[in-house]
Amino acid sequence: MEVARIENVSRVYKTGAVETYALREVNLSIQGGEFTALVGPSGSGKTTLLQLIGCLDQPTSGRVFINGKDVSALNRDQRADMRRGTIGFIFQFFALIPTLTAYENVEMPLLLVGQNAASRRARVMQLLDVVGLADRAHHRPDQMSGGQQQRVAIARALAPNPSLILADEPTANLDTPNGKQVMEIMARLNQETGVTFVFATHDPRVIQYARRVVTLRDGRIVETHEAQLQPFQVEPAIAGA
Amino acid sequence: MFQLFRVAWRDLGRNRRRSFFSALALGMGLAVLLLMAAVIKGEMRDSMNAAIRLNSGHLQVRAATYNEDKTSLAWEDLIENPARIAAQIAQLEPVAAATPRLFASGVVVIGGESVGVRLVGIVPDSEANAPYRDGLVSGAFVTADDRAGILIGQTLADKFGLKAGDTVNLLVNTSNGDVDEQTFVIRGIYSTGTPGLDQTTVLMPLDKAQTITQAGNHASAIFVLLKDREQTNAVASALQGSQYRVVTFEQMNEILVQTDALAGGYMIIIYLIVLAITATVIVNTLIMAVFERTREIGILSAIGMRSSRIMAMFFAESSLLAIGGIMIGLILGSLLTLYASTVGFYIGDFGITGIPLGERIYAWLTPGDALTLTALAFIVTLLASLYPARLAARMEPVQALRGGE
Repeated sequence: MEVARIENVSRVYKTGAVETYALREVNLSIQGGEFTALVGPSGSGKTTLLQLIGCLDQPTSGRVFINGKDVSALNRDQRADMRRGTIGFIFQFFALIPTLTAYENVEMPLLLVGQNAASRRARVMQLLDVVGLADRAHHRPDQMSGGQQQRVAIARALAPNPSLILADEPTANLDTPNGKQVMEIMARLNQETGVTFVFATHDPRVIQYARRVVTLRDGRIVETHEAQLQPFQVEPAIAGA
Repeated sequence: MFQLFRVAWRDLGRNRRRSFFSALALGMGLAVLLLMAAVIKGEMRDSMNAAIRLNSGHLQVRAATYNEDKTSLAWEDLIENPARIAAQIAQLEPVAAATPRLFASGVVVIGGESVGVRLVGIVPDSEANAPYRDGLVSGAFVTADDRAGILIGQTLADKFGLKAGDTVNLLVNTSNGDVDEQTFVIRGIYSTGTPGLDQTTVLMPLDKAQTITQAGNHASAIFVLLKDREQTNAVASALQGSQYRVVTFEQMNEILVQTDALAGGYMIIIYLIVLAITATVIVNTLIMAVFERTREIGILSAIGMRSSRIMAMFFAESSLLAIGGIMIGLILGSLLTLYASTVGFYIGDFGITGIPLGERIYAWLTPGDALTLTALAFIVTLLASLYPARLAARMEPVQALRGGE
């Protein structure tokens, strides 16, 4: 099943009279269960493409479909509604709310979709367990390492059972062991739950986890290929997630 | 909802000092307003009470043609056989006291100096004279059969160095338009705590006043005090007849009523000015919070939080600031008002025509004023947060995630 489709999408930023093309007539289809890397040098349009797929931004021209629905012309709140429960985000800067504990950060999207307290509690603890942070549930972000924070962000992205998780340079601020751990968790969740992951990166160590690599340069997709999956141990820890 | 306020509470806790001082600003503003409202209300209440006790009563029954401004003494403008009418009125259950009074214009002459006064003929035994009897500072109260004695106020006595036993010449208008002059003995000196009134009011027994003014068996009005002020209109309606005119304390103290209404209007403007100033502190605090938390707003938006909920977060913060500020304000305001209502402010002899002012102003905070100001402070604070909340809610998630760049 097609989770996202990008049709002839261009994104132009205007600064005074100067127009800068971040994306030029890009076409891309993302199927359910993909674990896809968007790669390319800085300024190639990876993040912009991710933002358009994630309904955070709107294309200057072309159309974006999420689960078959055209989201290109939705207003701010309609896009928020689309993101809520459908799309999860993992950012380069761990992007947790600093005043909330790990538990509360993961709980936040569940509050927004209106889950009741009992099912929220069960879901949050299950996800924190999956990312290995059940014992850090009541720690605040400043009491956790960068790797731990990013794992909380993964749990939060996964909380409302989205069909698509978008990660923008998820390991850029992590050391190698933490980066590896984060990628392995993401890959494992992809395999076990079938949730689609699309991540932007230019880190070769991250790219090796992708099953499909889409290369961008100067706002265009210049290459798409199925990549070799790096073998890793999958621990069945998210049954029912 | 609970989560919203929990998050708001923690967000305020990020910068406790800033949050505290914002709440304090609101609290101080509210405290000042509570004090101001209480002082104005207390002053108006005391002035009206003084006017009723000393000057107008709750009601006066007058001849239909009586003209108060001219202090008319023509018989047709006066009430004939007033003692009988007063006795009838006194029979009514809500009436505490009813007594005839005769008003006349006069001039007190002491040595080479003179001063205009209002001569009031009273029935000395009446309960209605209690403020003068209780306020006697020297000498004795006049008796009904005293043909040469008067009572003067302390302010007038101090002004001319008079004491009980001294004599003064009194020139009085008469009913036929002439002026009569007689020498009187100051039997006693009273103090009502209202210097303006004490300087201008000279009391004498009604019989003597009727004689000197040639008013016969007439009085200007029946002065009526009620047990409960709220009964005024009901009693006025009951007494209303074609022969007489019944006027209420509100009609007789129109300047005071108008001043009260005017003060109320000005106070609302002052409330809004003071609260607007404190609101700018709240606006500033919340705008800083929005800019500091731009990226977090982006995150919340990214995970699907709608604009309205982002606004609600900031409304929750301002509500908590308002509640904190209001608590501070109520505590400070209560302390200030308690002091002002027990000790009062000394203003001395600060006379305003038509408004009997005491030497001290005592505050009186009504539950209505406290509730109105509290609600106003809360509403103004919420309105103040509208702009920062909209600022946060209108952020595009992409820009917000970049920290607003």
